[in-house]
Amino acid sequence: MSLTNITSLRPSGTGPKYWRSLDELANTPQFREWMKKEFPESVTELEMDGSSRRTVLKLMAASFGLAGLTACSRPVEHIFPIAKGVEDYIPGHAYFYSTVMSLAGQAAGLLVETHDGRPTKIEGNPDHPFSRGAATALAQGSLLNLYDPDRGWMKSPEASWRAFEDGFLKTMSLGDGSGLRFLSETVSSPSLSALRSETLKKFPKAKWVEYESFQRVNGRLGGEIAFGSPVSIQTNFDKAKVILGLDSDFLGLDWTTPLPTKQFSSRRRVESEEDIEKMNRLYSVESQFSITGANADHRLRLASSEVKQFAIDVATMLGALQGLNVLNNGNDRRSQFLAAVVKDLKAAGPEALVITSPRQPPIVHALAFLMNQTLGSLGNTITISKATAEDRVEAGVDALKALTGEMSSGQVTTLVILGGNPAYTAPADLQFGAAMSKVANSIHLTADGNETAAAVKWAVPEAHFLECWSDAATGTGAAAIQQPVIEPIFGGRTAAELVAMIAGSKDTKAHDIVKNYWTAQWPAAERDKTWRKVLNDGVIPPKQAKEEGAKLTVDAKRIAAAVTAEPKAAGGGIEVTFVPSSSAWDGRYANNGWMQETPDPMTKLVWGNAALISVATAKAKGVEDGDMVALQRGGLKLEAAVLTQPGLADNTVVISLGYGRVRCGRVGKDVGFNANLIRTSDAFWFGSGFEMTKTGGKYVHVTTHERGQAEHMNGRPIYREATIEEYKKNPKVIDEMNELPSLHSVYPERVYDQGYQWGMSIDLGACTGCNACVVACQAENNTPIVGKDQVRRGREMHWIRMDRYYVGSEDEPRAVEQPLPCMQCENAPCENVCPVQATSHSEEGLNDMVYNRCVGTRYCANNCPFKVRHFNFLNFHKEDPQLMAMVFNPDVTVRMRGVMEKCTYCVQRIEEVRIKTRAEGRRAIREGEIQTACQQTCPAEAIVFGNINDPQSRVSKLKKQERNYAMLAELDLKPRTTYLARLRNPNPELGA
Amino acid sequence: MAAIFPKSSDLILKVAGAVIGLGAVAGAAAYAYYSYPTVIDTGYQPVQPVPYSHKLHAGDMGIDCFYCHYTVYKAAFAAVPPTQVCMNCHTKVKDQSPRLELVRESFRTGQAIPWVQIHRLPDFVFFNHQAHVTAGVSCVSCHGRIDQMVEVRQEKPLNMAFCLECHRDPAPNIRPAELVTRLDWVPDRDAREIGQEIINQKHLSPPLDCSGCHR
Repeated sequence: MSLTNITSLRPSGTGPKYWRSLDELANTPQFREWMKKEFPESVTELEMDGSSRRTVLKLMAASFGLAGLTACSRPVEHIFPIAKGVEDYIPGHAYFYSTVMSLAGQAAGLLVETHDGRPTKIEGNPDHPFSRGAATALAQGSLLNLYDPDRGWMKSPEASWRAFEDGFLKTMSLGDGSGLRFLSETVSSPSLSALRSETLKKFPKAKWVEYESFQRVNGRLGGEIAFGSPVSIQTNFDKAKVILGLDSDFLGLDWTTPLPTKQFSSRRRVESEEDIEKMNRLYSVESQFSITGANADHRLRLASSEVKQFAIDVATMLGALQGLNVLNNGNDRRSQFLAAVVKDLKAAGPEALVITSPRQPPIVHALAFLMNQTLGSLGNTITISKATAEDRVEAGVDALKALTGEMSSGQVTTLVILGGNPAYTAPADLQFGAAMSKVANSIHLTADGNETAAAVKWAVPEAHFLECWSDAATGTGAAAIQQPVIEPIFGGRTAAELVAMIAGSKDTKAHDIVKNYWTAQWPAAERDKTWRKVLNDGVIPPKQAKEEGAKLTVDAKRIAAAVTAEPKAAGGGIEVTFVPSSSAWDGRYANNGWMQETPDPMTKLVWGNAALISVATAKAKGVEDGDMVALQRGGLKLEAAVLTQPGLADNTVVISLGYGRVRCGRVGKDVGFNANLIRTSDAFWFGSGFEMTKTGGKYVHVTTHERGQAEHMNGRPIYREATIEEYKKNPKVIDEMNELPSLHSVYPERVYDQGYQWGMSIDLGACTGCNACVVACQAENNTPIVGKDQVRRGREMHWIRMDRYYVGSEDEPRAVEQPLPCMQCENAPCENVCPVQATSHSEEGLNDMVYNRCVGTRYCANNCPFKVRHFNFLNFHKEDPQLMAMVFNPDVTVRMRGVMEKCTYCVQRIEEVRIKTRAEGRRAIREGEIQTACQQTCPAEAIVFGNINDPQSRVSKLKKQERNYAMLAELDLKPRTTYLARLRNPNPELGA
Repeated sequence: MAAIFPKSSDLILKVAGAVIGLGAVAGAAAYAYYSYPTVIDTGYQPVQPVPYSHKLHAGDMGIDCFYCHYTVYKAAFAAVPPTQVCMNCHTKVKDQSPRLELVRESFRTGQAIPWVQIHRLPDFVFFNHQAHVTAGVSCVSCHGRIDQMVEVRQEKPLNMAFCLECHRDPAPNIRPAELVTRLDWVPDRDAREIGQEIINQKHLSPPLDCSGCHR
């Protein structure tokens, strides 16, 4: 039967239609042409815009000389054993150390895998309460920052720490500190906080400002409006039945720990009747289209500035707020949504949760506190405790504004910038760079040769968090020691060390600062033991929980007054919303190839950002994808290229931060557009009144979202979902989506019923599309970075692809995410066509890929219906800087040019556990003992791997669920990776 | 028109063709032969920076392999020992020997002794000592009678055919795990019989799938 026949037998017009791009939805000739080409011939003719990373790398990469490779004799290889033994150290063994990483004031406990002193992979620490074994994509990607050869930057060859200390620091007299200012990022280190207090005591007129691009200041300020005192907040998504997200991207970038995803998805994994009852419902109101919006059961697109009014409306209708105007004009989408949300929140009561974003102003946070109090959820789904504010320490953009003022007026003589990159991240209207030139002595502890380092008098290298001692704690306890796993590669030091040096403290070494701070709190007799224990566990148990939260109550009147007092926003024009980037964050990951090449979860953009606009706005403005536009307001201007994203709020431009770095390493320089150029202190996260004009220029965006699946898959039940109502009515609903009864093989089929039979189950209901698995796989399997140009040619190498489909209309679509690794088909089509048996089946059902046998015909990729095989068109690793070779996992072959590769189910992990089991004299591998890299890190616990031959294993049980389905089951491929269909929980009143 | 070349040039052409043809065949055959692992690798015996004699240490004095290669039961690599292991004895024994100068220097300075690797597998092969030794495969199966070598040479080809031979039929090479470092061990009955008993008892099944060794 030919494929056309199969297609014609498909029931048409049933179920939702899934689409990946607007071209696909419109089914344009260009799209059909593009899709037909598995390896488009025309890719060699594609023109790039000159910013290709490959050219840059080609120029910079160190050339390798292969010594002694002569024709007739074998090269002499040496073995260099260590001279003095290290107790219990076994060469080649992987050792795991606990540490902690802070980002944007939040800390996630990590385990770092090291091989012979090289950190090779980052995983979440199972014992850390904010990680619970998972790690975000950014946390994992930060490993590559360690091996960034452009780090460790000094201004001149003569510069060194010694020259800095003796020639500069000691010659300065700081007096009472009246001209001394510290500028740091959010300090989450208790020992640095203590050192800061000590330092400010020593310099009674000095001040300390905390500023970074993404800061959790508004929640605290909102707490001040609501409670009259700053608070620290803890959210318990796992206790919430109904969640209203007010512009919140809690599953994405609003949190830098995996905790919200862990908690949220715990009520999305439906495995029993009970689970259906426990399932939560998420309403999301947002201007961007985040993965939180994609995971919402109902989503309302509103401009960021309109979220406040929506919050007021909800609060008023909940009865929490009186006397304010409510925007409720009857029957439009917003009003229906509003009415349904209010009703649902009321019904949920203490199990409701209203959550907003650090990107929303303090008043919205205050309103959220108020709503939670009225609902009774304050103290249940969200708990607060009094935070202590420190004298002369200010945080946020207003504090930076004040500091810049002082700098401009010459009041600041010494400015110590601890990390960060304020010359790049500061709002444009503050003119931070100009102000800095007025400071006589400026010092920057810099991660790399960034914009700030170039502008200061003294730049000294900052140690990467894997290189140095520190600690971190977030809000309510759960502190952890940041333990180094490698000596500083570029001689970097920590912020605490620099502060101690300036203040002339007793302890000057990071280790002593941290250890003495903590051990002083413990009973003298137990200090050493406790220290060793906290290093081992990676978490310091909190002393005792503070009970102050209960006493705090929200003052509704003060909030009403604050709302009325807020200045009316000047509307009109285009509204620009700034968001952190899932890849570059605020620019600190810009020089990180892993992150640059990880597609944005929603737009699927790689190597760059874009001015995202809705389809309607694009039509109204007469622009299309790739058109350069100028965004202007008040003398500030940014030229950026447009990309339409379905489902955005109209009249809004969403642009991510962290791109367009001018002083950056070889990877991130001039990639994307610098949104900071139009970011101002009054429009820090969003602002209206922007003018958008077409400049006539063109730009090439590179996305991964149209590629990967051949045309005939369109419209097939690749992604399956149902509402819980449909599922309850007919549990077979997922199975009935199968197009045809299964075909049968003409060959006798091999039976796999002996020993271990590996299989995987991916729960689409739990998966949020956060990309953690993509980065985990890249780190584990030595997957190369190929660069923007090669991705455009369809040559990206990720072994696990995160597919994103839109459902519905282009204005109001939903979106779903589907991770797609190799399916490990039992009847694998790739195996039949390999002329050299480079891919063949193992006894345990693995579709093995043997690199050394592959001759690169690419037939297998042609014949793979899932398009999960990736070909090394070039020797991608050859162009890696030498330092980057340190990141390789020694348990996996580094592939050469001309070789096909794909997901192996982390066969190196399987074999490792098997050998360990044997050596321990055990018969069988324990259930759960083998975890693939993607499974290990998944914050949603959506991926389960195991032995499907064991009926008691978790994966076997999941595969017996009614919502289990195999992708393209009708082709008789018998994939070992199957999916659990997503169950949605929409409000019947709003319709599915 | 007269022929430009005389008739005899035909013969020259034929001979030349035959010589080139035969030469190519012979060349290809020679290349195939000399690049074959059994030829190119077997017997490889480089000069080591320190004239260490395995015959003296392991053979005559009977030091167990495991004393120096102490990670063999625990790790993929049977690590070449740190200099410190040498110095465990050589601070007392032959502590002035000029032949040991490099060892003492290494211990003093912390610089590694640049031993020359003899048994080398390609990077795409993941051999694991722990798995083999704990299963009961003796050192001698792959390394030969090291205890009789003054200077170590590669005894076996260590190519894929060599590995597969044993993976397909492991019985002759399996012995009680506690005897794996006894290179001179002679079984008191048929080795295959002993091996098969251990295989049955331990449920050994050496992998024949590609991913067993290639990852």
